[in-house]
Amino acid sequence: MEPNDTYYWDGPLPETQAPSTTPDPWKVTKVVGKALVRIDAYDRVSGSAVYPSDVVLPDMLHAAVLSCPHAHAMVKKVDTGDAEKMPGVHAILKDGVVGTNIPWFAGRGGFSSRLFDPHCRYEGDEVAVVAADTIYQAWDAVRAIKVEYDVLKYAVTVEDALKTDAPAIRDSGNAIAPPPPYQRGDVEAAFKTAGVIAVEHTFHTPCELHNPMEVHGCVAKWDGPRLTIWESTQGVYAVQQGVARALNMPLANVRAIGHYMGGGFGGKLSHGKYSVMAALLAKKSGRPVRLFLSREQVCQSMGNRPANTIVLKAAVQKDGTLVAFQSKVTGSGGAYSEGGTGGVDFVIRELYKCPNVQCENQGVFTNAGPERAFRAPGHPQGAWALEIMMDALAVRIGMDPVEFRLKNISTVSQSRNGNPPYTSTGFADCLAQGAKAFGWKEARAKAPLPSHIKRGVGVAGGMWQGGSGGPPSTAIVKLFGDGSANLNLGASDIGCGTKTWGAQIVSEELGVPVERISVEHADTGTTPFATPSGGSKTVPTESPAIRAAAIDVKQQLLAMAAEQLKLPQAELELRGAEVVSKSDPAKKVALGQIQAFGRRGLILGVGYRGPNPQGKAINPFGAQFAEVEVNTKTGEIKVLRFLAAHDSGRILNPLTFRNQVFGGITMGIGFGLTEDRVMDREHRGKLLTANLHDYKMPTALDAPADKTCLTIDPHDTECNTTGTKGVGEPATIPTAPAVANAVFHATGLRLTDAPMSPARVVAALAAQKTAPAGQRRG
Amino acid sequence: MDHDDKERDIRLSPGVSRRGFIASVGSGAMGVAAVATLGATTPAEVPADASAAQIDTSDTMSTIVINVNGRRHKMLVEPRWSLLYVLRDRLNLTGTKVGCERGECGACTVLVDGKARYACLTLAVEADGRDITTVEGLMKGEDLGTTQQAFAEEDAFQCGYCTPGQVMAAEGLIRSNPSPTLDEIRQGMSGNICRCGAYAHIFTAVAKAADLKRQGR
Repeated sequence: MEPNDTYYWDGPLPETQAPSTTPDPWKVTKVVGKALVRIDAYDRVSGSAVYPSDVVLPDMLHAAVLSCPHAHAMVKKVDTGDAEKMPGVHAILKDGVVGTNIPWFAGRGGFSSRLFDPHCRYEGDEVAVVAADTIYQAWDAVRAIKVEYDVLKYAVTVEDALKTDAPAIRDSGNAIAPPPPYQRGDVEAAFKTAGVIAVEHTFHTPCELHNPMEVHGCVAKWDGPRLTIWESTQGVYAVQQGVARALNMPLANVRAIGHYMGGGFGGKLSHGKYSVMAALLAKKSGRPVRLFLSREQVCQSMGNRPANTIVLKAAVQKDGTLVAFQSKVTGSGGAYSEGGTGGVDFVIRELYKCPNVQCENQGVFTNAGPERAFRAPGHPQGAWALEIMMDALAVRIGMDPVEFRLKNISTVSQSRNGNPPYTSTGFADCLAQGAKAFGWKEARAKAPLPSHIKRGVGVAGGMWQGGSGGPPSTAIVKLFGDGSANLNLGASDIGCGTKTWGAQIVSEELGVPVERISVEHADTGTTPFATPSGGSKTVPTESPAIRAAAIDVKQQLLAMAAEQLKLPQAELELRGAEVVSKSDPAKKVALGQIQAFGRRGLILGVGYRGPNPQGKAINPFGAQFAEVEVNTKTGEIKVLRFLAAHDSGRILNPLTFRNQVFGGITMGIGFGLTEDRVMDREHRGKLLTANLHDYKMPTALDAPADKTCLTIDPHDTECNTTGTKGVGEPATIPTAPAVANAVFHATGLRLTDAPMSPARVVAALAAQKTAPAGQRRG
Repeated sequence: MDHDDKERDIRLSPGVSRRGFIASVGSGAMGVAAVATLGATTPAEVPADASAAQIDTSDTMSTIVINVNGRRHKMLVEPRWSLLYVLRDRLNLTGTKVGCERGECGACTVLVDGKARYACLTLAVEADGRDITTVEGLMKGEDLGTTQQAFAEEDAFQCGYCTPGQVMAAEGLIRSNPSPTLDEIRQGMSGNICRCGAYAHIFTAVAKAADLKRQGR
């Protein structure tokens, strides 16, 4: 992403002051890189961690939202008379109530909706909200509200929304004005080049729901003019900004706290309507309010990864040199998002060396819940098309899929202006070393089983557009007189171990044992500004700032010791709990004996995130290998094992890194095999998979136990001062196509639609049997 | 459904309940629903929690007595209240999480008479007279219980929200099957969704917890 154009922050990113020093990369590390148990493991397994939905305040009310039950409707009348008289009910908000006329869903043409907009454009649009003494009473009251709707014609698919008689979902029309096509080289001419082999496939990807285990919501409390919100969020500063703007309040009077949160995956990068509703209800009732959505409402309203149709055409020479890619992507971000196709074509443009590329995108409004950024927006969809295509091309030219990919590695960013080189790319190593560790050649050559169970292996590569991190970030480290330390940063720990590796960096620089470091984070009242944790950028954004803050403490300490020892500061270094002369180790002073430090009792260091290098591109890469079994009688696909080789730069904590890689694989298996938002297209336009039974996320039986994580560290000395790149998103990008390619290896079925459900597999097997041999797809 | 054991003395060491209700813990727990080895000790007589008891006194409320983590609570509940609601919102035991409220995710898993159950699908009145163990009840004072310790050491979670439920499902599994195989672990944990996808580490944690428990820890 360009620094000022991000999906995770509304408006231009604030700047960060330039750091005073740019330390050299670590050579040998003692604490960084160790597989330490998380410093908050105790809290999370004991039940003592207080998640936002656990917050209990004296006199707190509980709120529930009334959602529109229709795919498309106009609210004519909302009668809350009965509900208001019900026991325990203290406040009800609906359209027309003073203070609720708040614009919502910003886009190119301004706001397209408001907090309670009578024009409900999808099943789940908010109509009213109730606060009551108990959550049971709140839902009783919601059910007692009488709403008159004008039910309108709906369109929940791209095809339906583009029909000439489609209902007008938005005044601007259902087709969103497309961005200019991406273009390099001459695609048309390239496809006509003599001797090239062209392959075209149409791919479909499922609409995926984030469904974090903790539903979206918050607790809101007023103290006079000041509002405190405990929100399940990836970014407390985004919540602060969003709520302050909606309520026209000073930023300083909105305090957002998000110490723990139960999963986000991009769906909790910012506030929601619920944040503002909770604040308004708390104001109206004069009592704190807890408002968490139901699981059904999360499925309807709290974001999704849009389904995409991707027509991809590729050309290759017989020797395996890629010649051209041409993609046409359509998709819908629902009724409000102007995206629907964002990020899909990035891997097509960027991952493999290819001189001629053209990409077109068409977004469409539909009567469906709005998309939200979802773990590597667009990338799993793009990789699904690109990596299955790469497999098909390899088959057509009779080349090993790993060899074919290795032949087309790029060391420069082809789609960025000026084709800047990557600071590092471990992609070739991910493929080559991954193949070796996986036993690729042997597995590929294994004789087929004489059974209806077919076994196969597949590979896919991937990269993530983000993952570089960058300013802004500020971190504060406090070293106390007793040698213990506190790290203070604004970033959320969404489950990726932020607090733990942050403490490891402080320990590395200051020699303070991790057990003597505490972390204060994710609170706009007490911690410095941070962008939301997302985009695989928390490590590369925050870690250099943390390191700089610890070094700032160290420099102050050395200056104090230098004065006391009467030695030049440059002559001294910190070793454990002592400041020692580099040339004469006999000259030293223990931390506790540094008089200036003792008098002050505290050293406060501040660290800033420096800019990324000019003229360079920074991206994480990865390759994944899958082994599957396909039951050709039932169509079931069983994933037997996975190996993931990832270049995410330096690994700060291999334990949490590996866990995150495995988590990405698990989510990718969901994308490839089980997850699918289904809408009732024919009858009412409602969401049919609004629960965790019908919306199938991988369980312990779907994720293979046999997973291997191979770390490829290219020793990047340019990307930033910790040599790190992100991993959260890269880990889920290549997974599904690796499975699809393994299914092809097992069965000869070239499946292009995800999820590869048993029904689809059985249908494809039936078609395969009847197709003439010459027409089988490559 | 069988309710004939309603009158049994809650202070006696409980037998294996036949009260199935609809709250079986997914296919996973059903796969290991053999005779449970009950670790619950006889609860001490503790006065009912004043903060928890008798908040609403309407005619429609029922009196129940539940033993939560060895502490006896006598309280008035609405017949529709779930055990999950009572634990979280009446007793403020927020270690037990809420994820779907319809028995699909397992975040609310607790032990009822030593067996893993979804608290969201267990009515409070159905828990009358039962021994309930929540994640807080696995603690050994300030120290983590064996299963919790194994989850911590194996990094068997990411965001940690499903973790109390995972820990309780693992505890229930190991109590009924002290030496589960990998397949039995996967089956036994299949009623608990982890969206972060920490399953591989969860499997090693459960195996480790079982090992440690067999060693008497």
